[in-house]
Amino acid sequence: MSAIRASESSLLASSQQEELEDLPKDYPLSTSEDEGDSDGERKHQKLLEAISSLDGKTRRKLAERSEASLKVSEFNVSSKGSGEKLVLSDLLEPVKTVSSLATVKKQLNRVKSKKTVELPLHREEIERIHRQVAFNKTSQVLSKWDPIVLKNRQAEQLVFPLNKQQSAFAPIEHVLSGWKARTPLEQEIFNLLHKNRQPVTDPLLTPVEKASLKAMSLEEAKMRRAELQRARALQSYYEARARREKKIKSKKYHKVLKKGKAKQALKDFEKLRKVNPAAALEELEKLEKARMMERMSLKHQNSGKWAKSKAIMAKYDLEARQAMQEQLARNKELTQKIQVASESEEEEGGTEEDCDPLVPDVVNEVQVKANRPNPWMFRNHSSDAKEAETQEDPEEIAGSTAHEASESEEEEGPLAEEEILLKEFEERRSLRQKSGLNQIAEPVGRPETKDSSSQAILSELRVLSQKLKKENRQSRKQEVSSVKTVLAVQREKPAQEEEEPLLLQRPERAQTLDKLEELSKEGCFQNKELPRAAAEGQCLERNPDNHLGAPKEKKKKEQMIDLQNLLNTKSPSVKSLAVPTTIEELEDEEERAQRQMIKEAFAGDDVIRDFLKEKREAVEASKPKDVDLTLPGWGEWGGVGLKPSAKKRRRFLIKAPEGPPRKDKNLPNVIINEKRNIHAAAHQVQTLPYPFTHHQQFERTIQTPIGSTWNTQRAFQKLTTPKIVTKPGHIIKPIKAEDVGYRASSRSDLSVVQRNPKRLSIRHKKQLKKNSID
Amino acid sequence: MKVKMLSRNPDNYVRETKLDLQRVPRNYDPTLHPFEIPREYVRALNATKLERVFAKPFLASLDGHRDGVNCLAKHPKSLATVLSGACDGEVRIWNLTKRKCIRTIQAHEGFVRGICTRFCGTSFFTVGDDKTVKQWKMDGPGYGEEDEPLHTILGKTVYTGIDHHWKEPVFATCGQQVDIWDEQRTNPICSMTWGFDSISSVKFNPIETFLLGSCASDRNIVLYDMRQATPLKKVILDMRTNTICWNPMEAFVFTAANEDYNLYTFDMRALDTPVMVHMDHVSAVLDVDYSPTGKEFVSASFDKSIRIFPVDKSRSREVYHTKRMQHVICVKWTSDSKYIMCGSDEMNIRLWKANASEKLGVLTSREKAATDYNQKLKEKFQHHPHIKRISRHRHLPKSIYSQIQEQRIMKEARRRKELNRIKHSKPGSVQMVSEKKKHIVAVVK
Repeated sequence: MSAIRASESSLLASSQQEELEDLPKDYPLSTSEDEGDSDGERKHQKLLEAISSLDGKTRRKLAERSEASLKVSEFNVSSKGSGEKLVLSDLLEPVKTVSSLATVKKQLNRVKSKKTVELPLHREEIERIHRQVAFNKTSQVLSKWDPIVLKNRQAEQLVFPLNKQQSAFAPIEHVLSGWKARTPLEQEIFNLLHKNRQPVTDPLLTPVEKASLKAMSLEEAKMRRAELQRARALQSYYEARARREKKIKSKKYHKVLKKGKAKQALKDFEKLRKVNPAAALEELEKLEKARMMERMSLKHQNSGKWAKSKAIMAKYDLEARQAMQEQLARNKELTQKIQVASESEEEEGGTEEDCDPLVPDVVNEVQVKANRPNPWMFRNHSSDAKEAETQEDPEEIAGSTAHEASESEEEEGPLAEEEILLKEFEERRSLRQKSGLNQIAEPVGRPETKDSSSQAILSELRVLSQKLKKENRQSRKQEVSSVKTVLAVQREKPAQEEEEPLLLQRPERAQTLDKLEELSKEGCFQNKELPRAAAEGQCLERNPDNHLGAPKEKKKKEQMIDLQNLLNTKSPSVKSLAVPTTIEELEDEEERAQRQMIKEAFAGDDVIRDFLKEKREAVEASKPKDVDLTLPGWGEWGGVGLKPSAKKRRRFLIKAPEGPPRKDKNLPNVIINEKRNIHAAAHQVQTLPYPFTHHQQFERTIQTPIGSTWNTQRAFQKLTTPKIVTKPGHIIKPIKAEDVGYRASSRSDLSVVQRNPKRLSIRHKKQLKKNSID
Repeated sequence: MKVKMLSRNPDNYVRETKLDLQRVPRNYDPTLHPFEIPREYVRALNATKLERVFAKPFLASLDGHRDGVNCLAKHPKSLATVLSGACDGEVRIWNLTKRKCIRTIQAHEGFVRGICTRFCGTSFFTVGDDKTVKQWKMDGPGYGEEDEPLHTILGKTVYTGIDHHWKEPVFATCGQQVDIWDEQRTNPICSMTWGFDSISSVKFNPIETFLLGSCASDRNIVLYDMRQATPLKKVILDMRTNTICWNPMEAFVFTAANEDYNLYTFDMRALDTPVMVHMDHVSAVLDVDYSPTGKEFVSASFDKSIRIFPVDKSRSREVYHTKRMQHVICVKWTSDSKYIMCGSDEMNIRLWKANASEKLGVLTSREKAATDYNQKLKEKFQHHPHIKRISRHRHLPKSIYSQIQEQRIMKEARRRKELNRIKHSKPGSVQMVSEKKKHIVAVVK
C-alpha cells in the first residue's frame, strides 16, 4: 500500500513538475477560458496512463504528432471531426456582421464557386500534341503542291530552267539609243525622217496612223460586233419561237392566247389612258383603224349585218339562200387562197384558224374517212395471227421443206395484199433456214456451195456415199411418210425409256435411231442427229460403241461426214420433220418456248459457219503461194487486153511445194496457228510490259512509226520531242511558289522563329535580355 | 530547127539562202516505204549498241587533297566552282573548267564534317571536329592578307553536319541536337531535340524552306518545322540512315540513304510506307543527291561505286566505277544537271557525265534531231529482249558482281523461307510483308 502511495505521490509530483515546465512553453499567449477544461482533461488522461504503466511492462508513451489520433494534444493539429470537411462558410460565420469585410467575402464566394483547375499534362504529352498539330499544319501547306507535282510528272515535256526570262520586246530606238548619226549619209536620212515627221522615239507611229487608230479602236469594233451578234441571236430566237407557236394546233390554246392578249392590251390601254391621255387617244385611233380593216376583211363572211339578215331570210327565200351560198363559196375560195399562203406566213395562220367554225368542215370529213380500216393495223393483226401460227407449230415451219412452204403460200393466197407481203418476208426467212437445212440434208448434193476445204479432205468418203445420197434425194418424200409411221410404232414401244431423264436416254435413243436408219435406208439419219449437236460429243462417242457389234464400213464413213457436217448446223434452230416425233414429248412447253426465243434472237448469225469460214481462210493464208514469173510482153506482143500465152504462163509458174500437213487437219473445231516462228520469237516481247494494260495498246505503240521516213517533218519533230530539255550552262533552281503561280509566303521563316519565344533556348533568352539591357 | 530538151526551173530545187532547208521531194505513200516496224527495230538496236559504244562517262579526276574527301558543296551561282572538305581539315575550292584547285584553306583540326555555301554565293560555312562553325569568304584573301574566317563560333559539342537556308541568312547544324543559327549571332536561335542521339546530317527543304530533315544514329529520320520550332514526325527504319536529300521539284518528297544497302524515297506526309525502295547497291549507301530536274538522283556507296536511279524506279539505270575509286563518301549532281561529282576515300574528286553516252558541246540541229530520234526509238523498243539486254549490260568489278550474286541467293533463300513459313502455318496467321513495309520499324508522332 505504502509503496503504491509513494509511487503515486512521486507521480503526482513529477506531473506537476511537468506542468510547471510545460506551461511557460505551451501557453504563453493563451487567454481563452476553455483552456482550463482541456487542461484538466489532459491531466486526467495522463494520470490514467501513468497508472496503466505502473505494472512496469509498458513504458510511458511520449506524446507523438500523428494526424490519425483523435486525441488532442498541444503538439498535434486537431483532427477532431475529421470526417467533416472544413467549409469556407464556417470560417466566415464570425465575420458575417462586419460590413467592412464584404468585399473579401465576395471574393471568397467567387473562389468558392470556381472549380479546381485540372492537373497540367505531362511534358512529353504536351510536346506530342504540339508535334501533331504542327505536322497537320505542315501537311496542309504541302498539299498545295500536289497538282503541280502531278502535272510535272505527267508532262509530255519539261523545259528547264522553269522560270524563263521573258524575251522582252525591245523597240529599235531603245536598242539604238547609244547610236548617233555621224556620217553625212546617216545625217541626211535623219533629216529626211524629221522632215516627214517620222517619229524616232516610241511609239513608232506617224500622225496619220495614230488618227486611223483613233478612228476606231479595237475595243469599239469588238463591242459593235458583239452587239450585232446579240441582235442576230435574239432575232433568230424570236423567229424560232414564233415558228414553234405557229405549229401548235390546239384551238383552245390559241383562243386562250388571244383572250390573254386582248386582256393585256386592254389593261395596257387603261394604264396608258391614266398616264398619257394623248398617246391613249392615238392608240384608240389605231384600234379603230384596225377594227375597220377587220370589218373590211369580214366582207365575205356571214357575221356581217347583211349576212345575218340574209341568214334569217334564207329559210324562206331561195334567192337569199343562193346569195348566202355564193358568199360562202366566195369565202371558201378566199380562205383557200389564204390557206396556201398561211404555210409560208405566220400571222395569217392564226386568223385562218379563227374562222374555221364558219368554214364547212371538210377536214373533219377527211378525218372520218381516215377511220376506215387501217392497212397497217390490218397487217399487225394478220402478223399476230401468223406469229400465233408459228408458235403453234414451230417445228413444222422450221423443218418444212420447200414444197410445204409453197403449199402454205397457196393457202394464204386469198388474204390481203399486206398479208402477202408479210408472207413473202416470212417465206424468205424460212427459206433461209431451209437453205441451211437443205445443205445439211444433202451435203453431197451441192457441196460446191459450202465447205470446199472439208470436201477436199473428205472427198474419198463422199464419193463413196454420193450414190446413196442421190437415191435418198429422189425417194425422199415417200420415205418421209414411211418413216413417220415407223416412228409412231417406235414411240409406243419404248414408253418407259422416254419417261426417263434425257441424259440417261441417249444410248437407247442412239440405238433406236440406228434401227430407224436401217429402216429408212439412212434417209433421215443426219437430220435426226443434227438437233443434238449440243451433245454431239457424247453421241458420237457412244454411237461407235453401239456399232461395235456390227461394224459397218458405210455407217462409220457416214459418221465421219457427220462430224464435219455437224459444224455446219445451227444446233438449236434446225429441226427435221422426223425428229420431233422422237423428241417432242420429252420437251416441255417452256423449253420449246425458250428455244423459239433463242432461235429468233440468233436468227441472223451463224457462229459455226463463221468459224469454218475463218478456218478456211486461215488454211488458205498459211498455204505457200505459187510464184508467177511471167513477164507480159517478153518475147511476144504485149499491151492492153493482151495476156501472155498459156504456155508461157505454165512455164514460168513456179509451183509452191506442199507444206507439211496442218496440225489441225483432223480437228474440225480447232484452228492451230502455225505462224509462230522460233527465230523471230527471240526478238519478240514475251510478256506485256508494265504500264500497258492490254496487248493491243502495246502493239499500237510499236506499230506507229516515228521516223522521218514515214512522217512529215513537223510530225517527226512532235513525235521525237525529248521528255526533259535542259540548257547547258544554265543553273536549274528548285521550283518556287512564284514560278507556278502561288503566292510566296510573305513571312520570313526567321521572323517566325524569333516571334516564338516559348521555344527559344535559355541561353538565347539570356542573351536577348542582355541585349535589351544594353 | 527547134531542139527539144529537158529543162527544170531552178526555183524548184535551189534554196534561196543556205539557212533554208533543202527541198527534198518526198512521197509519203506508205506502200513505198514498207517494213516500217522491222526497220525501226533495227535502228533502235543500232542506237542502243552505239549508246553502249559511246558510253564514256568519266571526265576528270581532281587530285590535291591529302586525305579522304569528306564533303562536297556546289556553288549556287557558278557552275564551275566546287568546294570540298577533307578528313584532315583542309578545304579546297576547285575550278571545274580548268580542273584545278584555286584555293586551299586549312579550316579545321581533324575532319571537316560539313560544308555549305550561302544562297548568294559570297561565303561558305564549314563545321569540323574541333567543335567550331566557321564562315569563310568565297573569294580568296588579298595580297598580304591572311586567310582567316569571317566568323568563328565555338560550340560545346561536335557538329556533324551543316546546311544553309535557301533564302535567308539562317543555317542549321546538327550534332547532339539540331540548332538553327542566325548568321549574326553566336548562339543558336532555336534548338530542337527529340531523344538524345548524335544526328549525322540535316537538310533544309529547298521549296518549303522552313522544313528540315535530319537523320540520327538511332536509326531514325526526324522532320522539323523551323517556324513552329518543333519536330514534326519521326520514322524509325531497320538500320541507320546516313543522309537524306530533298527533291528540288517536289516539296514533300525526300530520299534517304540507308546502311542496309537501300535508298528509300518518302512522301513526308505518309512516312509509314516509302514511295519507293531503291536497291542495287551491295554495301552501305553513304550519300545521295538529287538531279536539279527532280527526276533522278545519284547515290554514293561504300561498295566503291555510284549509281543513278530514276525516282520512280526501284532499280538503277546506271552504275559508275573505276579501278582506283575507293569508298565513295560524298556525291553531288551539278546544277545544270549534266554532271556528277563524287569524292572518295582515296583523296580524289571525280567528275562524271550524268548521261554516259551524251555528246558534250554544242550540237547542230541535225545532230540534236538524230539523238532525239534515237532516244525515242530506244524508249519505244525498250521492252524487246535484245535491246533490253544490250542496254542493261554493264561491266562491274568482280567484288560487286560476286556480291550481287551472293545477295541474290540470300534474298531468294529468305523469300523461300517466308513462303514455306506461310505454307506450313495456319492460313492467315503469317502474312506476306511487302518490301516497302518490311524496312519500316515504326512511325513516332
